[in-house]
Amino acid sequence: MSPTDADPLAPIAAPDDSVLLTARGIRKSFGDNEVLRSIDLEVRRGEVVVLIGPSGSGKTTVLRSLNGLETPGGGTIEFADGPVLDFAKPITKAQRYALRDRSAMVFQQHNLFPHMTVLQNVIEGPIRVQRVPKAQAIAEASALLDRVGLAEKRDAYPFELSGGQQQRVGIVRALALKPQVLLFDEPTSALDPELVGEVLQVIKELADEGWTMVVVTHELSFARQAADEVLFMDGGVVVERGEPGTIFTNPTHERTRRFLDRILRPLEDGGEAPPVE
Amino acid sequence: MTEWQLALDSFWPLFWGGISGTIPLAVASFALGLVLALGVALMRISRNRVLSGIARFYISVIRGTPLLVQLFVIFYGMPSIGITIDPWPSAIIAFSLNVGGYAAEVIRAAILSVPKGQWEAGFTIGMSPGTTLVRLILPQAARVSVPPLSNTFISLVKDTSLASLILVTEMFRVAQEIAAFSREFLLIYIEAALIYWLFCLVLSSGQNLIEKRLDRYVAH
Repeated sequence: MSPTDADPLAPIAAPDDSVLLTARGIRKSFGDNEVLRSIDLEVRRGEVVVLIGPSGSGKTTVLRSLNGLETPGGGTIEFADGPVLDFAKPITKAQRYALRDRSAMVFQQHNLFPHMTVLQNVIEGPIRVQRVPKAQAIAEASALLDRVGLAEKRDAYPFELSGGQQQRVGIVRALALKPQVLLFDEPTSALDPELVGEVLQVIKELADEGWTMVVVTHELSFARQAADEVLFMDGGVVVERGEPGTIFTNPTHERTRRFLDRILRPLEDGGEAPPVE
Repeated sequence: MTEWQLALDSFWPLFWGGISGTIPLAVASFALGLVLALGVALMRISRNRVLSGIARFYISVIRGTPLLVQLFVIFYGMPSIGITIDPWPSAIIAFSLNVGGYAAEVIRAAILSVPKGQWEAGFTIGMSPGTTLVRLILPQAARVSVPPLSNTFISLVKDTSLASLILVTEMFRVAQEIAAFSREFLLIYIEAALIYWLFCLVLSSGQNLIEKRLDRYVAH
């Protein structure tokens, strides 16, 4: 199959199960607040790793560290084909860009560029950063937009889109960079409930296509269907990790059990519903 | 000569004084002042304490001293230390420095009003902070800063009348000359006021056009 026939949603490199990304002993404090205490993470090519846990558990900070948006206070991050970033020492610009060249983030609040059309949002990175010829960038972006059902929105401004459409553009903007790993930071948390499905559907499709991804989410049904590995975080540590089947049906730790109970049966926690005002 | 005749005869000299003096002086000073202001705003935002300290000091001095005094220091004061500057350059320097101080605060606030997520979105697509600023942050900051910067510009157009005191031939200096010659002070100064007003009306409509253009990407 020639590249032009390929599904635009397919990742560049076929998944081969080798280790793509390794993080070891990641620590991070904000002032006196220690949000990460030694996090280990290994992501294989084509694997979907889902981080779950209560808010404030450090999931998002792990994700942001992988993209160089946070600088950990200690530990290492390494891509298979990139430099080892040792956070015990100051990180150079080149090292930070090495992370960003290989990963792309989808934000909770999409963070689309409001002054640019959908198409301009998507081609900005390829053209300005990766120096892809404009015609090629437009062709690739159009194929991606078409694939997620937004072909007719390419000249619209972000404010003209629904929340679900905005987030799908956010995903396409990340895909257009052809990263080795996609990072999703609670991609559906800011959406109205009826729009969650269309976004999860796209993410699920990407997972099925073989994309490597790390996803922070509260959508447990998504985690159950799409994840290869689930990490449950609480208080800045990974409490438990394993296959979704094991974690969801037979968690080892009491904290995991309680967290899952609270999410799956919010009204049964403590036997009483929260007061309605 | 009737008063009406005088008003008609003096219109073109006054208007021409505005077109050849007031407007170029204001436009040149504003353009230079904006460039200066952008630099000062970035210094002020910078985490480098020396840079932000310098910017803070500069803004404080400019805002804390009268424009007329700034103008006199440059034109009448500098020759005492051997630096003699002609009226026009003196006026442009003084007005640019003044705009630089006021507009810096406007630009700083506008830059800070752009959500942090926009910086991060730029970084995540691999942009440097400089590219992110130019491509993503400043275009969004521009929209916010048009109304306050228009204020600064319109104030500047009127403040250029101060340049008449350092011998720059702009509209108000022309008015003073005609008034002194004809002794019709009230008539001539009111006429000059009306022409300033006319200029400002045109500028305000220009501001509206720019705002409309920059508002096309926000929900109404």
